[in-house]
Amino acid sequence: MSAEATQSGAEILLRALKDEGVEVIFGYPGGAVLPIYDAIFNQNAIRHILVRQEGGAVHAAEGYARSTGKVGVVLVTSGPGATNAVTGLCDALMDSIPVVCLTGQVPTHLIGNDAFQEADTTGITRPATKHNYLVKRSEDLARVVHEAFYVARSGRPGPVVIDLPKDILINPAPYAEAAATHKSYRPRTEPDMDQIAKAVALLKSAKRPMIYAGGGVINAGPEASALLTEFTRLTGFPITNTLMGLGCYPASDPQFLGMLGMHGTYEANLAMHGCDVLLAVGARFDDRITGRLNAFSQGSRKIHIDIDSSSINKNVPVEVPIVADAAKGLKALLSAWKADDAKVDAPAIATWWRQIDVWRAKDSLKFSQDMKPGSVIKPQYAVQRLYEIARARKQEVFITTEVGQHQMWAAQHFKFELPNRWMTSGGLGTMGYGLPAAMGVQIAHPDALVVDIAGEASTLMNIQELGTIAQYKLPVKVFILNNEYMGMVRQWQELLHGGRYSESYSAALPDFVKLADAFHAKGMRATSVDQLDDVIIAMLDCPTAVIADIAVDPTENCFPMIPSGAAHNEMILGPEHESSGAAISDAGMALV
Amino acid sequence: MSDPMSTRTATISVLVDNEAGVLARVTGLFSGRGYNIDSLTVAPVDAAGELSRINIVTSGTSMVIEQIKAQLDRLVPVHRVADLSLEGPHVAREMALVKVVGTGEKRVEALRIADTFRARVVDTTVESFVFELTGATDKLDAFIALMQDLGLAEVSRTGVAALARGKRTI
Repeated sequence: MSAEATQSGAEILLRALKDEGVEVIFGYPGGAVLPIYDAIFNQNAIRHILVRQEGGAVHAAEGYARSTGKVGVVLVTSGPGATNAVTGLCDALMDSIPVVCLTGQVPTHLIGNDAFQEADTTGITRPATKHNYLVKRSEDLARVVHEAFYVARSGRPGPVVIDLPKDILINPAPYAEAAATHKSYRPRTEPDMDQIAKAVALLKSAKRPMIYAGGGVINAGPEASALLTEFTRLTGFPITNTLMGLGCYPASDPQFLGMLGMHGTYEANLAMHGCDVLLAVGARFDDRITGRLNAFSQGSRKIHIDIDSSSINKNVPVEVPIVADAAKGLKALLSAWKADDAKVDAPAIATWWRQIDVWRAKDSLKFSQDMKPGSVIKPQYAVQRLYEIARARKQEVFITTEVGQHQMWAAQHFKFELPNRWMTSGGLGTMGYGLPAAMGVQIAHPDALVVDIAGEASTLMNIQELGTIAQYKLPVKVFILNNEYMGMVRQWQELLHGGRYSESYSAALPDFVKLADAFHAKGMRATSVDQLDDVIIAMLDCPTAVIADIAVDPTENCFPMIPSGAAHNEMILGPEHESSGAAISDAGMALV
Repeated sequence: MSDPMSTRTATISVLVDNEAGVLARVTGLFSGRGYNIDSLTVAPVDAAGELSRINIVTSGTSMVIEQIKAQLDRLVPVHRVADLSLEGPHVAREMALVKVVGTGEKRVEALRIADTFRARVVDTTVESFVFELTGATDKLDAFIALMQDLGLAEVSRTGVAALARGKRTI
């Protein structure tokens, strides 16, 4: 008892983190968290990765979490340390990434006094987190840490903040083990079997079925992806993935129609539009998926498996809601299907596939690359070659992205066969996510190939993390599709704002090769199509961090595109296709 | 499911941990997601003081009200969410203190109407009354409207407290 009581709050914190299985913390020190850094100094169980800005720490923890399925851990100081972390917290909240963020706070007696580096962290982060805590007594500390990890990883995962006043970290207190159950937060994970039976009946009757799977399948662990794949193959139904769901179904499989939504494939979007039974799993019908809501998949009867009941019937009414963990829901669906000896309507589905094949034959992702030496590189071609060359090497590959055109091209042209290999900021759309996220992935997978497919504008938003990459000798590859524009902004200005390219030019860019050099990384550049493969191969061969600056066609647009306010069957296809697109309405212009 | 687009008023009771920040979480949820709050009351309700009950009167389409309940239910310190309007008959009451200032005929009329409404006089001077009135929201609204021309000076209302009728509990 007495030995227990002599532990300081900071020591209790470290012990609780260790008990929760934490191996790595991404952090940045400061006055309010010095006692924690002292405790870190005195132990070897947990590794601390010193980032260059707190925003980078949260994205790194997200990359770590997304690629491992574990909870990512962040440690920042009070005031600006905490406020810098807010974007990452919102990002993790939107994309359901489990993160525990420890924030320093001024001592309890100074709270509310406008003390140095004081911010109302729990107030600021309340809408940015799944839950947050202000620890007011040292004896609550261990319990709160255990609870925070439970909340972060249970149900629909998300970020949790623990605000730690400095006196709490210094005062001694007894340790407490994790409690067996939480007093109020016990999310439902097992499906209602009556609803599963309804789902089976509906799926059996389908003549034009469609499966739409999202990030919830990835969050439910690799088993969920395996079950989804088994069910899809068993039924022979077509399947599409959301941006966050890529990898939960093998992209090379012929039943995979590619990504859906604003920049999804023609076949995926038209199949969504035309299906008669829609099975949604771990996806949330957001505006990037649905396009104009009152025209979204109007003819379908819908089944929705989701762990978050507030995601069901939020935007789109569904007939069979199933609140469940994606793995448990799919397992129940699969066993009910087998127990029922269910048969699909094979002739109808064969007809449906013939229709889908017509749409697929449009080859909506097609682009034209001039192969003459000296020709400008098309960004799609750069991603395609990166994919083909990386795949041939049979190395484990993880891809992160920033946000914008390059992100969509990566999603369209890089094919993922397995879950947890694709890290992108889907919900919040945070430019600057990819570089620190890649760092977190590489920490978790030291021997894997980790590539941040970046844009030149996005990557500058967290470029300071090259310092972290250098310090820990992380062989992260930054593959910049450099079109000298904030490309997606430029594209919208071209399509919606009369080509008035207001402030979207990336002026005064750094020399990325020299920038790499300054940060102890290797810089490379390709400016024409004949140089591309050599640069990619050299990048992948390089044992250290690389920035590959790939000069791409500055005016290339990302197609297909469902304009804001348009329906799935009103897609704009690229210049390789005959015009098919709808004009953008005034109402659509008001949307984002 | 009823027509998801038809608008209704809902009285929702939420049992939460009685801890700092819970009310801010609930009200932040409403403001952040653009839901209406017509009335809100909160107080600890168990002997140990560990649980509070929040009663919220809100309005919206059925789809929005279902969303509100689901969003409330996923807050970590929330133990239970009950839609009293949907789950069976319930009683909903609030209290108002109504100050009426005046003399002569209007003052007499105010007192007479207060009597009809069974409002109690809890404070009086020669030129003012403070009435205490308990009842359903529309009764309070009606009383306050009548006082408008009789020297209504100030109103303080508690917001709605509500329970299910019969043996059912939250």
